[in-house]
Amino acid sequence: MLKQMEGSMAVAEAVALARPEVICAYPITPQTHIVEGLGEMVKSGQLENCEYINVESEFAALSVGIGSSAAGARTYTATASQGILFMAEAVYNASGMGLPIVMTVGNRAIGAPINIWNDQTDSMSMRDAGWIQLFCETNQEAVDVHIQAFKIAEKLSVPVMVCMDGFILTHAYERIDMPEQAQIDQFLPPFNPRQVLDPANPVSMGAMVGPEAFTEVRYLAHRRQMDALELIPQVAQEYAEIVGRDSGGLISTYKAEDAETLVISLGSVIGTIKDVIDQRREEGEKIGCVAIRSFRPFPIAEIRKACANAKRIVVLEKCFAVGMGGMVASNVRMALSTQPVPVYNVIAGLGGRPITQTSLHNLFNEAAADKLEGLHFLDLNQEVVERELERQRLDECSGSVAENILRDIGAVAASKV
Amino acid sequence: MTQQVKYYQTGTYTVGNRLLDQEQRTVQASLDRSNALDSGHRACQGCGEALGARFAIDAAMRATDNQLIACNATGCLEVFTTPYPETAWQMPWIHSLFGNAAAVATGVAAAQRVKGKKEVRVIAQGGDGGTTDIGFGCLSGMFDRNDDVLYICYDNQAYMNTGVQRSSATPPAARTATTMPVGPNPGNEFGQGKNVPLVAMAHGIPYVATASVHDLHDLERKVTKAMSMRGARYIQIFVPCPLGWGSKPCDSIKLARMAAECGLWPLFEAEHGEITDSTKLRKPAKVDGYLKLQRRFAHMFKPGNEAQLEGMQALADKNIVKFDLLEEKGDEE
Repeated sequence: MLKQMEGSMAVAEAVALARPEVICAYPITPQTHIVEGLGEMVKSGQLENCEYINVESEFAALSVGIGSSAAGARTYTATASQGILFMAEAVYNASGMGLPIVMTVGNRAIGAPINIWNDQTDSMSMRDAGWIQLFCETNQEAVDVHIQAFKIAEKLSVPVMVCMDGFILTHAYERIDMPEQAQIDQFLPPFNPRQVLDPANPVSMGAMVGPEAFTEVRYLAHRRQMDALELIPQVAQEYAEIVGRDSGGLISTYKAEDAETLVISLGSVIGTIKDVIDQRREEGEKIGCVAIRSFRPFPIAEIRKACANAKRIVVLEKCFAVGMGGMVASNVRMALSTQPVPVYNVIAGLGGRPITQTSLHNLFNEAAADKLEGLHFLDLNQEVVERELERQRLDECSGSVAENILRDIGAVAASKV
Repeated sequence: MTQQVKYYQTGTYTVGNRLLDQEQRTVQASLDRSNALDSGHRACQGCGEALGARFAIDAAMRATDNQLIACNATGCLEVFTTPYPETAWQMPWIHSLFGNAAAVATGVAAAQRVKGKKEVRVIAQGGDGGTTDIGFGCLSGMFDRNDDVLYICYDNQAYMNTGVQRSSATPPAARTATTMPVGPNPGNEFGQGKNVPLVAMAHGIPYVATASVHDLHDLERKVTKAMSMRGARYIQIFVPCPLGWGSKPCDSIKLARMAAECGLWPLFEAEHGEITDSTKLRKPAKVDGYLKLQRRFAHMFKPGNEAQLEGMQALADKNIVKFDLLEEKGDEE
């Protein structure tokens, strides 16, 4: 059914279609509308047989989820930014115990300085936590991928993180084609856990494992993710057969077949990149893009195949490992280590900075001329940076970097107008 | 046959089961006990926690007709009962993290509700570190929501599993690895610490109690009573730790009894935030006897540390008033 709705509400409705049995709610911008929407659905009776629990922290949100999932209930929660850091210990625990929880991350920057706007550093901080991570380009994709996430999670006994850009997707009103309940009931069977807490068949879960088996346990967790490389496209196919829409999978490509310049990115910025590609294609440039949907497991074979004929790769990512560079680019470079193709790493959109078409055109001009450095910061204000560095050279006690910069660029004065 | 049992005939509060009517005997005295925490685990000799857990869980198992799931915090109890593939638990049991046992229990209870399994009940359990410190946020959240969970804290007054470090349940003056008996104020500070049973009461939850391994009848009764109720319940059990306290393994029960008899460990029950009952003391003992049996308090008896002893006695005296522990004249049978 076609609807015009906010991304968060669309995700709430999609999650409800999956018939979750326990939902843990804790507010953090920008995911909050999702759990608010679900709370209302549980109260109104639209979502039946569901326990909706207001918890006291993100750590508790996922811990309650660990308990409910271990006791055999289909479990959902959502978080963002500082929230995912606060629950980090439970993030690792949930995957280690093989609990197929589905969690939305409304992608947002991590402080300090505190920043509520979009980038993807939060999800990326948990990229090695053993969860499957699926990044959505549009709200339609978010709807479809959330439903698929439950099936992927439960088939593999692995938790799945569905990542959608904060505000850009969570707060955007768009047209959504919402699947019917009957379709989802056909697509997604009830949760049948691998192991469950049950007095009729007592088991001990979460006990200690020593050096004699720990490596094998971790290796098998990796194997499950490798299995996911096959399962994720299969589940997308099953979904398409029932719902009638291609959504999901490991990657998607756009005008990539003959592209000499191939842009790799993930999330909502793919939309802007596609527009820019269309404009540049009209000028005759051979440029295309690859959207990584599954960041974990990382689809090495698909990336290699998609990049086979490219002359240069531009990895544009909204996350940044201080002291190293981009997390996505590191992974892409590893995937392409046997292919002699330059991989340019572009850090963009941190803390909600808009990624404009103009900026992308300038960037791709430089890329096409192979003038980009290995690590490039899109729209970095070099003058402001130099001024702050100079200040630090002159004064040991130069104060807060963030405050100084805001004074320099006049944001403090401007906000008074 | 209604011969009155004289509880004090052995000179202690110990009551031999053979002196009691069948229905008054402990769950442990029954051949039908569940042995939920079975033998073969790796607890130290004289471990108060192993004893407390065995009595508490078996009592809860009987009260629920074995329809019970346990959620365990990281700690001694978790470690000594379950390295895979061995387990001492003859019941469904889950360990997740150090600080989230109460929240995991909330989730397990929610799953039972949504599946319509009203008869399946949930307990959470941990040591004092996992409860009063790192697990405190999740514990308070579980109380706040009045989730249908009995949380049992086995209080041995420090982080024993990591090598005896101070927790917020460590008593003043006590030596731990992080409160060493050096300097002008040896041991743990006076004026710090957290009384979690009182904090639990402040949440207004249906039931809060303290118990101790020297009075296992009382412990079983409190667990059974807790399991007859719904909502959030909390029991903190005093469990001596020979290793951490520097006491003889054979003195664990004796120390628990002495802690209660001097007033340092008041035994009481509370419902919906109000104290309903406390175990009376016929003649409160001085704290010295209890402290002397433990090396963690040895420095208190050195010349110059008299103020510490006085401070400890003052705490016991305060408890006696606060929890109304004195037996009134004429109460004696």
